[in-house]
Amino acid sequence: MNEENKILSILQSVPDPEIPVLSVIDLGIVRSINIVNTGKKVEITVTPTYSGCPAMDVITINIRMALLKSGYKEIVISKALAPAWTTDWMTETGKQKLKAYGIAPPAAHRQSDPSAMFAEQPAVQCPQCNSFNTTIISEFGSTACKALYRCNDCGEPFDHFKCH
Amino acid sequence: MSIAYILHLADNALVLGHRNSEWTGHGPILEQDIALSNISLDLIGQARNLYQYAATLIGNGATEDTLAYLRDENEYKNCLLVELPNGHWGTTIMRQFLFSAYQHPLYERLSDSNDENLNAIARKSLKEVTYHLRWSSEWVIRLGQGTAESRAKMTDAVNDLWPYTQDLLLHSPEEKEKWQERVQSIFKHASLNIPADVKMISGGFEGKHTSHLVEMLNEMQHLQRTYPGVEW
Repeated sequence: MNEENKILSILQSVPDPEIPVLSVIDLGIVRSINIVNTGKKVEITVTPTYSGCPAMDVITINIRMALLKSGYKEIVISKALAPAWTTDWMTETGKQKLKAYGIAPPAAHRQSDPSAMFAEQPAVQCPQCNSFNTTIISEFGSTACKALYRCNDCGEPFDHFKCH
Repeated sequence: MSIAYILHLADNALVLGHRNSEWTGHGPILEQDIALSNISLDLIGQARNLYQYAATLIGNGATEDTLAYLRDENEYKNCLLVELPNGHWGTTIMRQFLFSAYQHPLYERLSDSNDENLNAIARKSLKEVTYHLRWSSEWVIRLGQGTAESRAKMTDAVNDLWPYTQDLLLHSPEEKEKWQERVQSIFKHASLNIPADVKMISGGFEGKHTSHLVEMLNEMQHLQRTYPGVEW
């Protein structure tokens, strides 16, 4: 295994603290890996999901801990705001993991027009029974990146990872 | 872009984020309590990014924390609108709308800025503010068109806040036209009127603040002022 793949597999073991079923790789927030000194020094660039994501600091610490455990001595983690993170960077595996966890993955719809008021929300599929007959309860859910929905068929409330 | 202007943008976001966060646990219904708390989180996150950038330009050991916690009210450059007390839910909604209607075209413009740091912060924040603007516009319309009581409260909110709108736009003349268009259009949907012949109050950018900001900072900065350098 080459070293970059090794680091990738280490980062695959670092979960998002708020959605532990996703790794930082699944989430698409690791933007670059630069090996400066083989097995010793590595530079990682991460990008926040939302400006105010409170999980960012914890994620940085967890990435550092995982790499320290694997023998890296010098770890430089920097934050890049541009290009801005989008849910398009979430991996397919990540989306499947989300669904299995009970969170509807981001649907292919993004609202970029603030004038589109009272607009019909995109159909979001219930992660439990797969019905599209669902209703939005709140545009903001348990975290900034999620909205709260309810399934009209099976009655289950669920989080939807918003398209961003 | 001048350091003063970047601090102005940062202070606007921090102070409004802080004010909105005072609703956490007190919102009229759980969903909207969460919505406003998430808007606070976005604003405070934007403030952090702007303070971090300003700190690199200021140097001399400045950090996002020294900028937020160790400046006095006369060094704060936020517009007066954001420091006013929350009032009732209608006032808070109206203020968020008036502010988002300014912040949206602002970040749109800065998304083309030659300053690569501001450009990146603006592009990142624009997606969030699009949400804030739509959410607050919908609520202004709902409450404006709602019951006689909600309508009366929204009318009071407009009258209370309007004197501070000139100060909001004083240092962003480029956004004025888009702001006016947006406000007129949403007020029309909400059947609300723009007050006439209002005496305007300004001075936030120059550090001339209301006593409300002093009270807010007393609380927000209490820990760092009482135990300098404390960490947990």
